[in-house]
Amino acid sequence: MTNSALILMIVVQLSVAFITGYFFYKVLRTPPRQEPDSYSENDDIPSSERADPID
Amino acid sequence: MSNKEAWGSRVGLILAMAGNAVGLGNFLRFPVQAVQNGGGAFIIPYLVSFLLMGIPLLWVEWAMGRFGGRYGDHSTPFILDNMTKKKLWKYFGVFGIFTNIGVMAYYTYIESWTLTYTIRSLKGDFLGMDLASVGQVFDKYVDISGGVNFPVLALGAFVITLVINIYILSKGLSGGIEKVAKIAMPILILFGAFLAIMAITMGSTGRCVDCDSHIGLNFLWEPDYSSLKNPMVWLAAAGQIFFTLSVGMGTIQCYSSYVKQKDDIALNAMSAGWMNGFVEIVLGASVVIPIAVGYLGLDWVKENAGFDMAFKTMPYLFDQWGSVLAIIAGVAWFGLLFFAGITSSLAMGTPWMGFVQDEFNWSRKKASWTLGVILFVLALPTIFFYEYGVFEEYDYWTGTVSLVVFALAEVILFAWVFGMDKGWNEITHASDMNVPKIYRPIIKYVTPVFILIIFLASLVKPEGGDWAAAFAGNWKLDKGSIIGNIMHIGVDSSWTTSGKLTKTFFIDMSRLLLLATFAALALMVGHAAKLRNLRKKENDK
Repeated sequence: MTNSALILMIVVQLSVAFITGYFFYKVLRTPPRQEPDSYSENDDIPSSERADPID
Repeated sequence: MSNKEAWGSRVGLILAMAGNAVGLGNFLRFPVQAVQNGGGAFIIPYLVSFLLMGIPLLWVEWAMGRFGGRYGDHSTPFILDNMTKKKLWKYFGVFGIFTNIGVMAYYTYIESWTLTYTIRSLKGDFLGMDLASVGQVFDKYVDISGGVNFPVLALGAFVITLVINIYILSKGLSGGIEKVAKIAMPILILFGAFLAIMAITMGSTGRCVDCDSHIGLNFLWEPDYSSLKNPMVWLAAAGQIFFTLSVGMGTIQCYSSYVKQKDDIALNAMSAGWMNGFVEIVLGASVVIPIAVGYLGLDWVKENAGFDMAFKTMPYLFDQWGSVLAIIAGVAWFGLLFFAGITSSLAMGTPWMGFVQDEFNWSRKKASWTLGVILFVLALPTIFFYEYGVFEEYDYWTGTVSLVVFALAEVILFAWVFGMDKGWNEITHASDMNVPKIYRPIIKYVTPVFILIIFLASLVKPEGGDWAAAFAGNWKLDKGSIIGNIMHIGVDSSWTTSGKLTKTFFIDMSRLLLLATFAALALMVGHAAKLRNLRKKENDK
């Protein structure tokens, strides 16, 4: 392989691998959020309480 | 509303979303596109397209999905409908179901090939065969005969694969799709890594002057900066980003609509999106082309690089490693393609599931088996009229044009109709990462313009992609342009010749079938809207 091809391949592949690992590690390390106290903050809005469409 | 689906875990969601994006294209389309568009230079427009179009669309679609989930909507027609008062938008949302059904129909057929080939590799069916014989096995399997195709074995495998998909879908998100993603994605990466290491360490085989896997890698990564001036390279790179991330399909919105309102989407989107990038750029680029160049030489690969290499060439190449390694590599290759395929096809099934469960209170079982029947009917023309171009026609309209049209519509809706203030709040709400502020103007201005250019360039692509001649006044439409395709430019447009039906007839019939499918879905959406109004009136009383 030529130097330019080798450098491009290593830089791109290592960068992509590092960024992928970084984001996945961040997901694993982030603690889950606590459930909100109130029902309305937590669940989907039931159809009977559906708000008018947002404009 | 009978839809009570939910994700079991955050990692499960990310693996399912990454599985949605990781498909056959990561291992087959990406390297072929790179080979056909200047090798190493292709990676530069590819990465630019990812940053300016891919990432913004990922955030937009995840945000739209979670927003829809807040109102109990799990498919694009009513996710879009809730974002605006203009009732027409929900019909754009039909694309988010139509595309998935259309693509899943032929995609499941390819998936069934990978399943059959995994079993055949395990049995050692390809051991000792020459290249031509391996190609003939495939032709026989899909019944290439110069006319109507009746591939009995392939049809049986398709039905089995379809039933597997439908069964998993009937088990729901956490009980079916998430479980499969948690098993399939790690195995896929493991298989891919094994094949990539084999390819990279292969080196010269001495079969020909340039039979060296490193020459293949060199061709893929040698930067030819002059090709950056070629608009066709940029179009190809942007197109690849669409396919690889599964944006513009409606699947991301559907999966994201089951995310709880208190949970992050920005970091999840990045994690799943980059995982797909890893599989494509690190693994996908390191398997097919280097191994093929290693045994067949660069010139052969340049001339023959294409989708069918996966089935007509790879078993022969693995056989050069000796019988034991050939079996292991064959199972790894077709196994990873099967896992890549099934995690994507399952995602394609969910918009329909969400739609009929939300709007018509169908049970999960009824929703999934109805989908199975629709897919079976839609897939039959691609199987029986494979040689008449029906397969490619489905891929072109549902897997290519529809994606761009829907992505353009959704980004305009999100940034300009829904509004960037509300849109940005949706993206950053409960975020576990700092979303770079530069993406606010990018989503509003750059991404829509980027997609608009892709659409217009595809619509009126000049003959041979010669834009210089086109702008100089000689704008002759290419037969591959959208208008060229519709008008059958460069091909005989008659339906019969010498009393026999032509290829054009089958292509036009498949277009009519796809149009009828879209119209039927639009009617269902219209009917669902009426039912919603009735329910609202009853609740108001």
